[in-house]
Amino acid sequence: MSSETPNQEENESTGASLAKDVAGGAKSAPEDSAGAANPKVDGRELIRFDRVTKRFGDNVVLDDLEFRVDSGKHVTLIGPSGSGKTTILRLLMTLLKPDEGTITVGGEYLTHEEKNGKLVPAGEKHIREVRKNIGMVFQQFNLFPNMKVLRNITEAPVNVLGLSKEEADTRARDLLELVGLTEHMDKYPSQLSGGQQQRVAIARALAMRPQVLLLDEVTSALDPELVAGVLDVLRDIAHTTDITMLCVTHEMSFARDISDDVLMFNEGKVIESGSPDKMFNDPDHPRTREFLGAVL
Amino acid sequence: MNWDWGVVSDFMPLFWDGVIVTVQALVFGSLIAFALGLVWAIAQRSERKLVRWPVTVLTEFIRNTPLLVQLFFLFYVVPEWGPSMSPLMTGIIGLGLHYSTYTAEVYRAGIDGVPEGQWEAATALSLPKVRTWTAVILPQAIRRVIPALGNYVVAMLKDSPMIAVIGAYEMLGEASAFSNATFTIEAYTVVGIAFILIAYPASLLLRVLERRLVK
Repeated sequence: MSSETPNQEENESTGASLAKDVAGGAKSAPEDSAGAANPKVDGRELIRFDRVTKRFGDNVVLDDLEFRVDSGKHVTLIGPSGSGKTTILRLLMTLLKPDEGTITVGGEYLTHEEKNGKLVPAGEKHIREVRKNIGMVFQQFNLFPNMKVLRNITEAPVNVLGLSKEEADTRARDLLELVGLTEHMDKYPSQLSGGQQQRVAIARALAMRPQVLLLDEVTSALDPELVAGVLDVLRDIAHTTDITMLCVTHEMSFARDISDDVLMFNEGKVIESGSPDKMFNDPDHPRTREFLGAVL
Repeated sequence: MNWDWGVVSDFMPLFWDGVIVTVQALVFGSLIAFALGLVWAIAQRSERKLVRWPVTVLTEFIRNTPLLVQLFFLFYVVPEWGPSMSPLMTGIIGLGLHYSTYTAEVYRAGIDGVPEGQWEAATALSLPKVRTWTAVILPQAIRRVIPALGNYVVAMLKDSPMIAVIGAYEMLGEASAFSNATFTIEAYTVVGIAFILIAYPASLLLRVLERRLVK
């Protein structure tokens, strides 16, 4: 773990067990977290991209993309910059809309809804409902600078999920313990280091108990000595919860640690996918070999 | 020039009447300008053309016509088919409406200055629109623009004598009436000093605010 806070070591020993409690159910007992509002069946398809195309002007970023992610899996997207990895996360978070094709999350269309048997662009309400199952951590943290750390985490649970202030506070405190920042909860984000801010952002995303956590180059904006602390927190979460993760990263050793599947992107398409072992040690596609040769 | 302190003391009761009108016009005019300006700024970011478009036309129209004309219009034309209001009330609404088109631009700059990532984070957390505005965007935007808003309060103070033309006798109106009746000039000097005594400390205060709020 990083050395940025004095309570890091203490956190290391308790982090794993805490993650089970706070981040939405343990691997061994997925039925605990299953509920009417949050249906979750292990091994079932959770995310599907169906012939998704996304263009920016003339630039085709995603080209007729097909892929699926099963519930509880940790999938890492790798590939050269501009290959469309981040666009996938942003489409899932509804920060972008696909030009063609459909995206489903948990069997529900994300950007479309069925009306009288026809598929039409989804209304705000429908998008909000499906999106609640998805959380995202950004490269630039994007914490709310006008709110203290605790309120950053409780804001959405109170105003979106309808939790009481006390319930949300309890949830936030548990999460802050998980990310090792309990004593910073009354500070403003600007008073924290980048690594600490990113750990708050992780806690903020988890406070919504999403089924899917999207990680968009979460360590790219950090000073090198702060990267380990953030990755350790994410490892805890990956190893002890059944949350589905979609991760865009340049930290290949981290990708190897947490991934069930690695998807290699090139020019808007998945050109190869497989287990981290296979992908990092013996990739088939020459472009994958070339890319990994350059970054490893 | 003969300066007569006796004239000054004769004027003082009227002066204080004028000060009360000036302060009322300034305080309520500012409140209207702050509130309406925010409404314009948010409406101009609406996804609906039917909201955006009329607001743009209205604010451009008001900003590009003289305050004096607007005051006459509100006082003499509007009562023909609408409510008829006291001179002070008309003056307050006129000043507030006119300056709301300027504060709208100030808010717009403040809102544009909030990083895109803040909107994205609010979307990622599924915060409702109203909550995104009130809890995330506006607190950050407004903090940044308070000094600029304050500048318009000072500008409004300096424009406030215009409401005398429709009979709302603020400081200058009182001075003018008094001086014409008594063939003296001291009252104008008193009012001039009063303006600087209000405006200069106000702009100093704004500079302090700017240093503390805009980082």
